[in-house]
Amino acid sequence: MSLYLEDVSFAYDSELVLNQINLQVDSSITALVGPNAAGKSTLLRCVAGILKPQGRVVLDGQELSALGTRERAQLVGYLVQDGLGSMELTVLEAVLLGRFRTLSWRVSETDLDLALATLNDLGIAHLALRSVCELSGGQQRMASIAQVLVQDPRVLLMDEPTANLDLRHQLEIAALLKEMTLRKGLVTTLVLHDLNFAVRVADTIVVLHEGRVFACGNPASVVTPEMLRAVYGVWARVNIDEEGIPVVTLLDSVRSHSRVTLDGAASGLSV
Amino acid sequence: MVTSRQLDSLASGKQLYRRITRAKRLYLLLGAVSLAIVLIIDVLVGPSGLPHRQVVSAIALPSAADAPTWAIVWLIRLPAATMALVVGASLGIAGAEMQTILANPLASPYTLGVAAASGFGAALGLVLGVGLLPLATGFLVPVNAFIFALLCSFSVYAVSRLRRASVESLVLTGIAFHFLFSALLALLQYMATQEQLQAIVFWLFGSLSKATWTGVAIVGSTLLVTLPIFARDAWMLTALRLGDAKAESLGIDVRRLRRRVLVLTSILAAMATCFVGTIGFIGLAAPHIARMLVGEDQRFFMPLSALNGALVLTVASIVSKALVPGIVFPIGIITSFVGIPFFLSLVLIRRSRYW
Repeated sequence: MSLYLEDVSFAYDSELVLNQINLQVDSSITALVGPNAAGKSTLLRCVAGILKPQGRVVLDGQELSALGTRERAQLVGYLVQDGLGSMELTVLEAVLLGRFRTLSWRVSETDLDLALATLNDLGIAHLALRSVCELSGGQQRMASIAQVLVQDPRVLLMDEPTANLDLRHQLEIAALLKEMTLRKGLVTTLVLHDLNFAVRVADTIVVLHEGRVFACGNPASVVTPEMLRAVYGVWARVNIDEEGIPVVTLLDSVRSHSRVTLDGAASGLSV
Repeated sequence: MVTSRQLDSLASGKQLYRRITRAKRLYLLLGAVSLAIVLIIDVLVGPSGLPHRQVVSAIALPSAADAPTWAIVWLIRLPAATMALVVGASLGIAGAEMQTILANPLASPYTLGVAAASGFGAALGLVLGVGLLPLATGFLVPVNAFIFALLCSFSVYAVSRLRRASVESLVLTGIAFHFLFSALLALLQYMATQEQLQAIVFWLFGSLSKATWTGVAIVGSTLLVTLPIFARDAWMLTALRLGDAKAESLGIDVRRLRRRVLVLTSILAAMATCFVGTIGFIGLAAPHIARMLVGEDQRFFMPLSALNGALVLTVASIVSKALVPGIVFPIGIITSFVGIPFFLSLVLIRRSRYW
C-alpha cells in the first residue's frame, strides 16, 4: 500500500500553508516533524479529506478526492489534535462511534466486541463505562486512539498521538503502532513534536518547513545538527546510538539571530 | 491474541453495556408512563369543574354526553392536552438538536431568534391585520408567526454562509436576529392600541386555550414527519459532538447534516410556537434533563428530550389550571415555575462536568 501526494498546496484565505508538497509514503510509519505552523496538521487534514487542497492525494492508484466521504472513511482513520471534549458519553460509547459505518439502531455483537477488544489492547478496558468528560487529558487521548483504531483503516493519520501521555503510555502506543502497521500493512503517518520519540517510532522522517518538504528519509539521514539549526534554529548534538538511532541533545537554547543563552550570558544582548 | 481472562472481561464489558442500555430504555419507558399519567390528569382538570367521571364517560361514549360536556371535553380539554403533548415534544427535540448541531448548551429556539421572530409575526397580524398568506385569513396569526420564524432561521443560516459557516457565526447571527425581531416587536407594541397591546401580550405569554384539532394535527404531523429523519440521523448527530473534523473523518457530511437539522428544527420550533405562543425554557431545559439521565447517545437522548418537553408542558398545563380554581394562567408563565426547581435540583445532584 502506498500513499502519494503530488503538488499538494493549500492556503487559508490568502496565506499559503502548504506549497507544492510531493511525497510518497509506503506501508510503514512516517513521522511528520517541523516547527510550529510548518503545515504538519494541515497536511494531515488534506490527506484525511477535511481540507480540499490543490494537487492530488492518491492511495494505491485511487485519487482520494474522487471518493465519497463514507468510502474515504473506510480507508483513512484520522486522530484529531483535540481530545474527545466534554460530551456526556461513556468511553465505550465514544469508541463505538469509530464503527460509525456499521452501527445500526441496535449495536451489533461484532462492533461491541471490536470496541471492547481495542480498549483491552490499549489497557484502558477499566475506563469503558466511565464518562468521557470525567477523564484526564491522557485518558481522553487513549480513548481517542482507541476510537481511530477500531475504525480499522488502511491509512492511519495521527495528529500528536502522544500529547498528554506519560512516558509509559508513549512507549506502549509506539509499540502498538509498530506492531499494527507491520501486521496489517498500514500506511501510518504521525505528526510529532518530540524528535527523540519520532526517530524511535518512525521508519521515515519528513521535515516540513514553511510549507515545504525540507528533508525526507530515514531518521539517521534526516535528523542532523544542520537540519535542526536550519529548521528549528537551535544548536544540538546528534549521536547515533548502538541501534543506529539518532539521539538529539540540545546544547543550549541559542537562536540563530538573537543569540540569547539559557544562563543569561548573551553576546550583544542583555537579558 | 485474546486470552481467556480478556475474554472474560470482554463478556462482562458487553453485559454491562447491555445493562446500561436497558437502564436507558427504562428511563424512556418511565418517561412515557409518567406522560400518560399526567396527560390523563390534564384532561380531568379544568376551570369548569366537571366531575371526573363525567369527563371519562364523555371520552368513552361521546355520543352519550350532553352538549356542554362534550364541547368542554372534545373541543377544549382534549385539544389543549394533546397540543401540550405535541408542542412540548417538538420544543424538546428542537432544543436538543439545536444544542447538538451548534455545540452550544445555551442553544434553543430562543437563541436563534425563532421565538422572537414568531412573536413579531404574530404581533404583525394582531396589530396591522396584515397576513403574509392572503388565503390563510383564518390562520392569520399562526401563519404569520410560522413564516417569520422560518424566515429568521433561514436568514441566520444565509448570513452565516456568507463567510465560512462556523458554529460560532451561526449562534452570533441568531442572537443578532433575536435582538432585531425583539426591537421590531417592541416597535409594534409601541404603535398598538390598548386592545391590540393586550392581545400581543397575551399571545407572548403562551396559551393552550386556543388549541384546536386542526392545530394539533398540523403540529403533530410535523413531528411525525421529522421524527424518522432524526432517528435515521441519530448516530451522525451523536458523532457530531466529537467535533466537525472528527465527524467528517468518520464519513459524515457535516455541512449537509447541519443544514438539514437546522431546517427541521426550525420548522418544528416554528410550528410549536405559532399555535401556542412563545414558551421558553422547554427547548433549553428538556434536553439538559435528558442528557443528565441518559447521556448524549441520540438513540435515547432525542426521544427522552421529546418526552421531557411533553412532560414539563403537560404538568405546567395542570398547574396553570389547578393553581386558582376557575382560572387558567398562561402556560408560558407556569412552565418556567414548574420546570426550574426540577431542573436545578438535577443540576445540583448530578454535578456533571459536561459543558
